[in-house]
Amino acid sequence: MTTRLVEGSEVVADAMVRAGCRFFAGYPMTPFTEVLEHMATALPPVGGVCVNAESELEAVGMVWGAAAAGTRAATGSTGQGLSLMQESIAEASLAGIGFVVLNMARGQGDYFQATRGGGHGDYRTPVLAPSGPVEVAELMAEAFELADRWRNPVVVVGDYYMAHTWVDIETPGEVPEPPPAPEWSLDGHSGGSGAAKLVSPLGTAKRRDGVGYDLAAHYEGCAQRRREMTAGITPRAELVETDDAEVVLVAYGTMARYADAAVSALRSEGHRVGLVRPITLWPFPEAQVKAAADGSAGVVAVYENNAGQMIDDVRLSLLGSSPVVGLNSFATDSSAFGIAPDVTVENLTASVRELLSEFGQDAT
Amino acid sequence: MTERRPDGLTVLPSDVAPTDAIQVADFTPDLVDVGEHHLCPGCGEPIAIRAVMDGISLLGLADKCMAVFGIGCSTAFSNNLDVEVLQALHGRAPSVATGVIRMRPELAVFTIQGDGDMANEGLQEVLHAAARGENIVCIMLNNGVFGETGGHLTVTTTIGQRTKNTIEGRNAAEHGHPMRIAEMLAQIDGVGYVARGAVNDAGNVARTKRMIVDAFTAQQQQLGLSFVEILTMCPTGWFIPTDEAPAYLAETIAGTHAVGVLRSELT
Amino acid sequence: MTDQTVRGTVVIDVEACKGCDLCIDACKPGVLSMTTDETNTRGYRFAELSVGCTGCRACADVCPDFCFQVFRFHEPKSWSPEGGFS
Repeated sequence: MTTRLVEGSEVVADAMVRAGCRFFAGYPMTPFTEVLEHMATALPPVGGVCVNAESELEAVGMVWGAAAAGTRAATGSTGQGLSLMQESIAEASLAGIGFVVLNMARGQGDYFQATRGGGHGDYRTPVLAPSGPVEVAELMAEAFELADRWRNPVVVVGDYYMAHTWVDIETPGEVPEPPPAPEWSLDGHSGGSGAAKLVSPLGTAKRRDGVGYDLAAHYEGCAQRRREMTAGITPRAELVETDDAEVVLVAYGTMARYADAAVSALRSEGHRVGLVRPITLWPFPEAQVKAAADGSAGVVAVYENNAGQMIDDVRLSLLGSSPVVGLNSFATDSSAFGIAPDVTVENLTASVRELLSEFGQDAT
Repeated sequence: MTERRPDGLTVLPSDVAPTDAIQVADFTPDLVDVGEHHLCPGCGEPIAIRAVMDGISLLGLADKCMAVFGIGCSTAFSNNLDVEVLQALHGRAPSVATGVIRMRPELAVFTIQGDGDMANEGLQEVLHAAARGENIVCIMLNNGVFGETGGHLTVTTTIGQRTKNTIEGRNAAEHGHPMRIAEMLAQIDGVGYVARGAVNDAGNVARTKRMIVDAFTAQQQQLGLSFVEILTMCPTGWFIPTDEAPAYLAETIAGTHAVGVLRSELT
Repeated sequence: MTDQTVRGTVVIDVEACKGCDLCIDACKPGVLSMTTDETNTRGYRFAELSVGCTGCRACADVCPDFCFQVFRFHEPKSWSPEGGFS
């Protein structure tokens, strides 16, 4: 088993190619740029195409086209770039065009953008949050599966650490062939047949069938597909020593790695601390958070590198059944790139100790 | 209005097809599913779309093409054609078409957009697609207004042209200058064919059909992006009677946006 | 009135017509005219055919509502006010 020291961005790019992605379009923006670079070199050898789009608007437009033409396609950026893509992401859900959107985020201030969507109308997107390069490969494959199955964009959230941390990775084998084009997709051939196919955010009602676009019926159909998608995806979280935890930390992505280390440190000191790490940010693992909180906890502490966004989903999971606090004071990113020097395990364990004295058994 | 019919003019029956004749034109062309549509009386867009569909039939591309529609009045035809259609968002058609052609290079991928969709919302899209030399055909139906919203200023509205935002007529001091899209694209080296047609009379319709055939021929020869701008009438958005629209096009629109072939790499 | 030569004819989908006049002005021999009082079921006046069509299809090419089928007779016919087509 040979291994190679590889940059996280390359692991992300390789994961996409191995998941069947054969079209990628993007615009450089730190810390997403290296994924774009690696896709530019990784795709051509497998017959794929990577386009350096002149704007994020064009990048996601190109992905629309490639995906509707039956290709597994993806785009990406960081928060700001994804803000420019929101209209196309929202309407892709109505058009039934699935693709993967990668956010190599700066910090975690894009949680709402990813989980609530920054676009318009009644749409949702599944959101997956790997906490390191190794988990990326598994989740990226799932992301493309979900996008194809639900014909809906899927967001994968990475960050600066994941992008620029070099890891020792087993050299992957042969790149698998991408799946065939889905039946609904367009390849031109139904033209002139009297039943030419249509892919449109306005619906697929053809005039020849005696109907025009019927937006009410189409939007109800989309709402039904969204209900099925919501029910059809199992919310997932990693649970670390939550059975008897007095303080249950909730954290995702790289911040969860810090939380994991803090749990180990505090457990070694005899403190009963646990961690719930959401893997699917949407649908949010409410049951796991509720179970961990009901088990024994005094308090649920949501550790985020933002001013407090995922905390809303934790509150919705608990509906007041346990106290919830946010641990963001020292995590607000003074670097503005999600790599604040004050984000350390020591700082986190110190603040958890305070919580223990306030909420734990040895609370005075 | 057209002067009324003189009294006593003989009216011949025109409801039954003759048997001792050959048919030279049908109601709807093969690739238009249904003739009836809700676009305004005197609208030029169905005429232009008919010319495009006739061109595609002529070149035998029906089962080897894909239309990427923009959003505007012409969207009425996005679910009314017997060719595969991918509906794009406002302004994004050239980018969406890029994604298609990159993965299916053998297809004749073309966009159908209005001037509002292409020249206002999506100008960057078509300029970059041209500079990249994407092997697609971009059709811009130019009536100098946002028709679907009832006749508002676009970047191609000509000086003096009345719109909802330029009630007294567009003047450069207040509303800026029109842009000549075909001329802009003709300077970009990634293009294989650039022309501007019009549908305000039968002669121009025939001329425009030739441009469309040449544009798709250039595309099939992989000469880069082909662009055909087609001046279309919009009596509603020009606030004039339908029968005055063809002349208005010639005088008010075509005066700034001249009809003709601007560039062709066809040998 | 001497006999007139008629080389072709059209079938007009009267219900599809929106009375926009484009065909009237496009018709080279000038044999199309708009009704004055009559309207179709949608309330639009519509085009009618007179004597002298050449089957040139200009009307079909400029019609925004696809109202015309155009035909050319195998043999040109002649028409007279008294006897109609002979």
